[in-house]
Amino acid sequence: MTEHALMSDPGTSGRFGDYGGRYVPESLIPACHEIEAAFRDAWADPGFRDRLTTLLTVYAGRPTPLTPAHRLSRELGITLLLKREDLTHTGSHKINNVVGQALLAQRMGKRRLLAETGAGQHGVATATAAALLGLRATVFMGERDIERQELNVLRMHVLGAEVVPVTTGSRTLKDACNEAMRHWVASVDDSYYCLGSVMGPHPYPWMVREFQRVIGEEARAQCAAELPAAVPDYVVACIGGGSNAAGTFAGFVDTTARLVGVEAEGGAAATFGRAGVLHGFRSLVLQDEHGQVQEAHSVAAGLDYPGIGPEHAHLRDGGRARYETVTDAEVVRALVRLARTEGIVAALESSHALAWVIRAAESGGIAPGSTVLLTLSGRGDKDIASIKELL
Amino acid sequence: MTTSLEEFLTARRAAGRRLLVPYVTAGAAPGWTDVVRAYADAGADAVEIGFPFSDPMLDGVTIQEASDRAIAAGTTVTEILREVTALDVGVPLVAMTYGNLVFQRSGAEFCAALATSGLRGLIVPDVPLEEAGDLADAAAKEHLDLVLLAAPSTSRDRLRQIAGRSRGFVYALTRMGTTGERGEVPEQAARLGRDLKELTDLPVLFGFGVSSPAQAAELARHADGVVVASALMRRLLDGARPRELGEYVASIRRALDGAVDREPDEHATLPRHRRRPDPQDQVGPLPRG
Ligand SMILES: Cc1ncc(COP(=O)(O)O)c(C=O)c1O
Repeated sequence: MTEHALMSDPGTSGRFGDYGGRYVPESLIPACHEIEAAFRDAWADPGFRDRLTTLLTVYAGRPTPLTPAHRLSRELGITLLLKREDLTHTGSHKINNVVGQALLAQRMGKRRLLAETGAGQHGVATATAAALLGLRATVFMGERDIERQELNVLRMHVLGAEVVPVTTGSRTLKDACNEAMRHWVASVDDSYYCLGSVMGPHPYPWMVREFQRVIGEEARAQCAAELPAAVPDYVVACIGGGSNAAGTFAGFVDTTARLVGVEAEGGAAATFGRAGVLHGFRSLVLQDEHGQVQEAHSVAAGLDYPGIGPEHAHLRDGGRARYETVTDAEVVRALVRLARTEGIVAALESSHALAWVIRAAESGGIAPGSTVLLTLSGRGDKDIASIKELL
Repeated sequence: MTTSLEEFLTARRAAGRRLLVPYVTAGAAPGWTDVVRAYADAGADAVEIGFPFSDPMLDGVTIQEASDRAIAAGTTVTEILREVTALDVGVPLVAMTYGNLVFQRSGAEFCAALATSGLRGLIVPDVPLEEAGDLADAAAKEHLDLVLLAAPSTSRDRLRQIAGRSRGFVYALTRMGTTGERGEVPEQAARLGRDLKELTDLPVLFGFGVSSPAQAAELARHADGVVVASALMRRLLDGARPRELGEYVASIRRALDGAVDREPDEHATLPRHRRRPDPQDQVGPLPRG
């Protein structure tokens, strides 16, 4: 469809078709150039790759298992395989990206990591990697998310990170991103912005996808061992900015597997968004007719984001991946169902992917007997308090 | 018939004047167009009009709040352009907004709409050099000057490219950070001003953090003038009337004029803006807060 293979290096312009780019103030351009150069250099350096692989193995707990969900599979009439990112250190896929970026920041001589966080998983992962490498961490988090993800705020404090409450706008992830970027402009000399998803200015969408690619590569090999056809019929992941999905898709984009990203109905940029520019990149954005960005609404703080990573917008336009939405009610039901059939309490975010699989399998959208790989991006401990009210 | 922003500012500079460009967020208060008039009457050389955006990445709390108020009051690009069309203040008006509003339909359509409404310039802080190509072409077609930003972190080589591509003036950021009032003039601003002046004949204006007449005068020594935004918008948010905002602009005007070695020739190109003796001129800056 393009001269570039899908999910490859987007080059110096950072474009994925019409999307991506680097829409940041001039003050940040040198930093973006510096990070791009450092990442290209590190990614080509076997020493850096070895260090990263070692840390992911001995510290973060990779490779993560592929768990066949036997009882739920039987109920749904499909073969459902769960890629267990919930079993990583800190409990979500966010650690894969953060260990990579923290090593890069250290290599660049930076002393402090800045991060935005929604559910707090990226914030916790950043605080963790900072502690591990002897860096400082400052995490921006919407006031509303601080209330609903209290456990993760406490974890960040224990880990020695500074958590800065963001009180503007919707007081969720979108505003945390604004604040992190403003802070980055003012402290770019000694601080490294450790972005948590496949968004932001080039090189972040590409770099974060590369750091998350490990999910898809492991899963591809595990599926080959587990499935007679080697490749599943469906590959499904939830989408906030889209990093666990991008990492998963990267392992299967050149196969026959159907790629499905699942968004929260109240934050479904791929479904209801229009092309726009937000937080440094061009992509699909939820906005009103005048171009003001709308607030997303989801039970899952990590999916409360009005945009989607630029590469996903490109995959959607080209038809290589499709994007679906599920409601909060379906998500809570899916979470409980997985807990009671498989003994796994998934994060509300990850439960979006599951909610779609359940709906599609029960309505014939996924044919009986199909094989489905689902990335279980994180564990649900952080959500127990909010689920209690929704049960 | 029409003088471009660049021609206008260059002529004023040639007349020995330090340039002053005050800012207002459109829609931040009812009657905001009176603020534009008050600025012009107080000796502004151009007026920057902010088109409010929900996620102003490069703005500090003051302009964020002004933008939020304007959006909450129902301000839209269409409405701003309607009001601007009726404005004739004798100095060029420059739009400042973020990429998402510019690219709603296309950069070309946005530029055409601005030009039709009589605006002469456009500043888009989140559209840097590499992303500005098509927009710069579209703006040029409409005789609209696309002003590019330069930062203390910008390399000399890049400064040269920015100066080569910018039209109207070069917007030099005094500091690494967002808009908002700050105390001292950083050393890096002086350096950036000097570098840009060496590289270009375009007017070079400092913006970000200009918060007092004395500071404006100090900065203007290193370039051709200043953009003043948050200091004015904070006063507006605190309830200052257009007349009071005009008085504040006049106080900066006086400070800038004092910083010029020779008497400015005010008759050069600006018949409407000869400085009248004005009793308000005796009034100092409004107290803070
Ligand atoms: C467990 C979990 N899954 C998914 C996400 C969404 O992020 P992304 O779409 O980048 O994978 C988050 C974000 O906080 C999360 O915590």
